[in-house]
Amino acid sequence: MLKRFLLIAAVLVPGGAALAQEAGPAFLHAGTDIDDVQSLQRGARDFMNYCSGCHSLQYLRYNRVAKDLQIPSAELEKNLMFTSTKPFAHIVSAMPADATAWFGNQPPDLTLMARYKGVDYIYSFLKGFYADKTRPWGVNNLYLANLAMPFVLAPLQGLQKPVYHNETDPSGHTSMQLSGVEPMTPGSMTPEQYDRFVRDIANFLDYTAEPIKAKRETIGIFVTLFLLVFFVFAYLLKKEYWKDVH
Amino acid sequence: MSATSDSAAAGKSRGFINWIDQRFPLTSLWKEHLAEYYAPKNFNFWYYFGSLAMLVLVNQIVTGIYLTMNYRPSAAEAFGSVQYIMNDVSWGWLIRYMHTTGASAFFIVVYLHMFRALLYGSARKPRELLWIFGCLIFVLLMAEAFMGYVLPWGNMSFWGAQVITSLFGSIPVIGGTLVEWIRGDYVIADATLNRFFALHVAALPLALIFLVIAHVMALHEVGSNNPDGIEIKKLKGPDGHPLDGIPFHPYYTVKDIVGVAGFLLLFCGVIFFEPSFGGFFLEAANYTPANALLTPPDITPVWYFTPYYAMLRAIPSFAGTQIWGVLVMGSAVVVLFFVPWLDRSPVKSIRYKGPLYKIALALFVVAFVMLGDCGMHPPAGIYPILARIGTGVYFAFFLLMPWYTKIDKVKPVPERVTGHA
Repeated sequence: MLKRFLLIAAVLVPGGAALAQEAGPAFLHAGTDIDDVQSLQRGARDFMNYCSGCHSLQYLRYNRVAKDLQIPSAELEKNLMFTSTKPFAHIVSAMPADATAWFGNQPPDLTLMARYKGVDYIYSFLKGFYADKTRPWGVNNLYLANLAMPFVLAPLQGLQKPVYHNETDPSGHTSMQLSGVEPMTPGSMTPEQYDRFVRDIANFLDYTAEPIKAKRETIGIFVTLFLLVFFVFAYLLKKEYWKDVH
Repeated sequence: MSATSDSAAAGKSRGFINWIDQRFPLTSLWKEHLAEYYAPKNFNFWYYFGSLAMLVLVNQIVTGIYLTMNYRPSAAEAFGSVQYIMNDVSWGWLIRYMHTTGASAFFIVVYLHMFRALLYGSARKPRELLWIFGCLIFVLLMAEAFMGYVLPWGNMSFWGAQVITSLFGSIPVIGGTLVEWIRGDYVIADATLNRFFALHVAALPLALIFLVIAHVMALHEVGSNNPDGIEIKKLKGPDGHPLDGIPFHPYYTVKDIVGVAGFLLLFCGVIFFEPSFGGFFLEAANYTPANALLTPPDITPVWYFTPYYAMLRAIPSFAGTQIWGVLVMGSAVVVLFFVPWLDRSPVKSIRYKGPLYKIALALFVVAFVMLGDCGMHPPAGIYPILARIGTGVYFAFFLLMPWYTKIDKVKPVPERVTGHA
């Protein structure tokens, strides 16, 4: 009977991944590791330097990040905090309220982006910018069409150009479809360096979306071990009592 | 300790119990509902889910109280306060995950509990009222879950509430006014969130607890059914207790502890290793705050509502109104109440029922799971067709039941229950 329950669970679970998928090009695999503290530290540093000017992590405090990522407080205040605030404060960007007038949109808070759209999305998004003269900032994105954001990482990655292919729909009509991007002008980083840079930021944002994740998995192992022992004793107790039921 | 002081201590505690018993029926309640409640000795796997449902109810109430201490029921602060619980409140993440996982676990155990009743004819005479209390619990549970889902004030909370409340708008004449009355505004807004909070944390839990007590009292009045569908009260020993019965305590209390341990292994596995459960228990689209200007690409409820949501979407609008889908969805729940009278088989348990009931029940399970799948996908391609087939099978199972249970070939039912676990 238990088998049946597990079978139902097994049938239900793989469908979950499919639910999250939306239309558009498939996301690249981020390959992040929430237990890689060095990657998280680099990600925190890079996020604070390149992203936090516009994007907040308003549900998280500086000192929580420092504690979880093993960053000494002197280091935190010197290298990660760029607004005149205290370590216990929430990570709020310096972006003024009229950002909508500048960009047409308020830069979204990124604390939960990894749970909202997935860590693969963040990784893909940061690798998906391409030159597009029709857009206000001269760039567009493969994974978020017609976005309002300028490509602040262009000095690092360089610029990419779009790749198109011809697609014929069932009615026989052929049209040009965007299918990918390829390098156009080089940046200060090699493609490998940039991949690691983006992966670190994606990893950091995976952390911010659920700071307790690594710890809860560790606790979970102990809980499971306890319950297994408890299960055995509960079963033996039941067996002992039920001896006299015929 | 010597024998004399031993018995003196026992006498003292009996004296205390006597003192209480003269003022409150403690011992008689204990005997009636546990120590001398005789349950059939042949309960199997399917009989764990009643006690598990009670465990989950307690879990929801206790974790709910703790969540309420830190949650803020206002449109401006609700979403942030949930993140505050996750990141700043000590063990807040655990309390929240216990509550969110508990919501899904509640429906898992309740669905299995109801399926057990269909397997063994537990709704049949004399347990009709017991079944009806159970159906009422199911209806309240759906209302409770729906309102609870709105509270985190994520974007799917908002749009889910928008869709479900707008269903009332399809009622002729009063629909529009009714929707406004329910929402307390023209759209889902702060006022809606506040009243849903009040209903979710006070009104509905109170009603649920009351109904669960009534459910258990009705059960202990008529006695439990069993996998053989035999009334054990018919055959009593010289001591006046059923020959096939054993006292609930200690036999089923120790057995249910095993069930609890098994359940907690799965439950804690989800909480600690995959609290979102692949998007089934916590939807990704709810990790962005409620936004009236940003409609999610596809609005889907949590998995436990999807079979009924699929029925709603399966029925096309007709004669200029959408109400048909709403009626079908409502009827799908209402029809459950009539099961005790729809089943006309001379036997209760599937063990002695014929092939027709077995096929019907199997088709029903397939249809229910299929409907659940349809409800998770946009109504395009093959899904509307599958949803209509599923809806048809769902209703056929109940509405044709008087016919196929009557003509079905049944096996003879033994005098005594067979075996024990």
